[in-house]
Amino acid sequence: MNVAVCVKQIPSAETPLAFDPTSKTLVRTGPLVLDESDSFSVEMALRLVEQSGGGDVTLISVVPDGETQGLRTALAMGAARAVLVSDPLLSGLDALGTAKVLAAMVRRLDADLVLAGTESSDGYTGTVPVQMAELLNYPAVSFVRHVEISGDHLVTERQTEEGFEEVTCPLPAVVSVTAGVVEVRYPSFKGIMAAKSKPVEVLTVADLGLEADSLGIAGARQEVIALEQAELRPSGEIITDSGDAFETIVERLVSWNIISEHQ
Amino acid sequence: MKTIWILAEARNGRILPVAEELAGAARQLASTVEAVGWGGAEAVDFATLGTYDVSRVFRVGDLGDSLVGPRVAAAVGEMLESHPKPDAILVGATYDGRDVAARLSAKIDVPVLTNVIDLNEIDDALVSTHAVFGGTVNATARFTGSGPGIFVVRPKSFERGDTGGAAAEVVDIVAADPGPSDGARVVSRHVLTQDGPSLDSAEVVVAGGRGLGSKENYRLIEELAHLVHGAPGASRAIVDAGWVPYSHQVGQTGKTVKPEVYLAFGISGATQHLVGMKDAKHIIAVDRDPSAPIFRVADLGVVGDLAQVLPKLIEALRARGSHESTN
Repeated sequence: MNVAVCVKQIPSAETPLAFDPTSKTLVRTGPLVLDESDSFSVEMALRLVEQSGGGDVTLISVVPDGETQGLRTALAMGAARAVLVSDPLLSGLDALGTAKVLAAMVRRLDADLVLAGTESSDGYTGTVPVQMAELLNYPAVSFVRHVEISGDHLVTERQTEEGFEEVTCPLPAVVSVTAGVVEVRYPSFKGIMAAKSKPVEVLTVADLGLEADSLGIAGARQEVIALEQAELRPSGEIITDSGDAFETIVERLVSWNIISEHQ
Repeated sequence: MKTIWILAEARNGRILPVAEELAGAARQLASTVEAVGWGGAEAVDFATLGTYDVSRVFRVGDLGDSLVGPRVAAAVGEMLESHPKPDAILVGATYDGRDVAARLSAKIDVPVLTNVIDLNEIDDALVSTHAVFGGTVNATARFTGSGPGIFVVRPKSFERGDTGGAAAEVVDIVAADPGPSDGARVVSRHVLTQDGPSLDSAEVVVAGGRGLGSKENYRLIEELAHLVHGAPGASRAIVDAGWVPYSHQVGQTGKTVKPEVYLAFGISGATQHLVGMKDAKHIIAVDRDPSAPIFRVADLGVVGDLAQVLPKLIEALRARGSHESTN
């Protein structure tokens, strides 16, 4: 089974998030790392390929500036190759535009399954995998916590508000994986060394036969109008525990009628 | 604004609160509010949406073992061709709601604005508000292209505001088979029962984060939640780490909670988390790091070691509880 995994490279957790004051989109310059929530779909993909007894994992990713550091992390885990669409035109791309670029990349691949995280850790839009599925006319199972291959289809468990549902799905398909559902392997030293020489194909928007206009670059179809200071809660009392802070907590719970007053 | 469509999701025969909240929001913005629902005629009484001033409900019918996303998005897509277009479509941020919004967005080639917490009409355009940077900054956004904007609204963002309006007209619509995109089949549905109140509606939420140090220590959170008749919650960090299931997650990605009291233990307060709990009436936070952002929203912040504070607090509450029960 050949699996394509959508991975996003995002600013590392140490870089504070910031908005560009002009375009009012998130600043994504500087070193980028693999979005931790994507490491679960990479892991899931590697396991499914192992389980199916053949095939490999291809990473697909979109950035404006050619950054590959985050891809190397996933290659070191065991993905065979990466395809990166890098184009300054893609700066400020919205979720539907991203889905269009990813769908065009999937069409060039021979993938039985496309895996993705449920949403990125910087933008949180959370619609890209299913938008991509619609563009490809594929079935999709979103918010999945477990996937197995059974013959020519998948058996999945999809998160619901009340618990989960068991969903079967024919291939090809898009599956979005919730974080924390598999233990992610650490890249071995051998894996890290091998990743340096794994192929990373870099394409432009034009290579995919797409036109920038149709992608809805920032401002073309939706725009951030303003950023304003939110009304803040009045600041509370901060105490340092010297052994009896629990009593203060109990007092507060009593004063808010969460627990009764008498002892 | 003339017309807004809302997605009316129901579960176990009941229209979800978030759908009623969407109706409450739409009524303030548009003269006509219509809804799209799904389920068999006996399953859900959509006419009751009239009480929130919804005039008409388009019912897609029983979806059988299909997933909601492809079937409902296909039906809405067809309706947009055969009916006067609404000015906006509002969808609740549920698992199925997000699927419908995403499929519809791609189908009609209109982007989506997600994580919406407020909507206002400014200069004839619908402007959405989104909490960013831990709720310290509100970003406002709007669609600039053509077509009805699709807004995915977080639960508990709007009042339902029952007006006691007349029953809504329910119109059955028949949509074409979406084809391969509808290939997935729901084989079985599982309800995971839990002791105590649900995270969505609990008066008290006790949440734990990475500061707990280990998966084993989460049982202290569960025990404390039990003692205050609350629900246990979690930050994304420990869900990602596999300590607790995704269903416990509070935040942008997980659930939005508005309890009377929110107790956060070992949660630094990343944006992602604060957005899901900052509207709690009272917040108590305990963390080792005095500069943790969670302290900015806390009514009571305790800088301290969880390994000290949490067991003592549990012991104190347990002692009170046993005393009370013998009274």
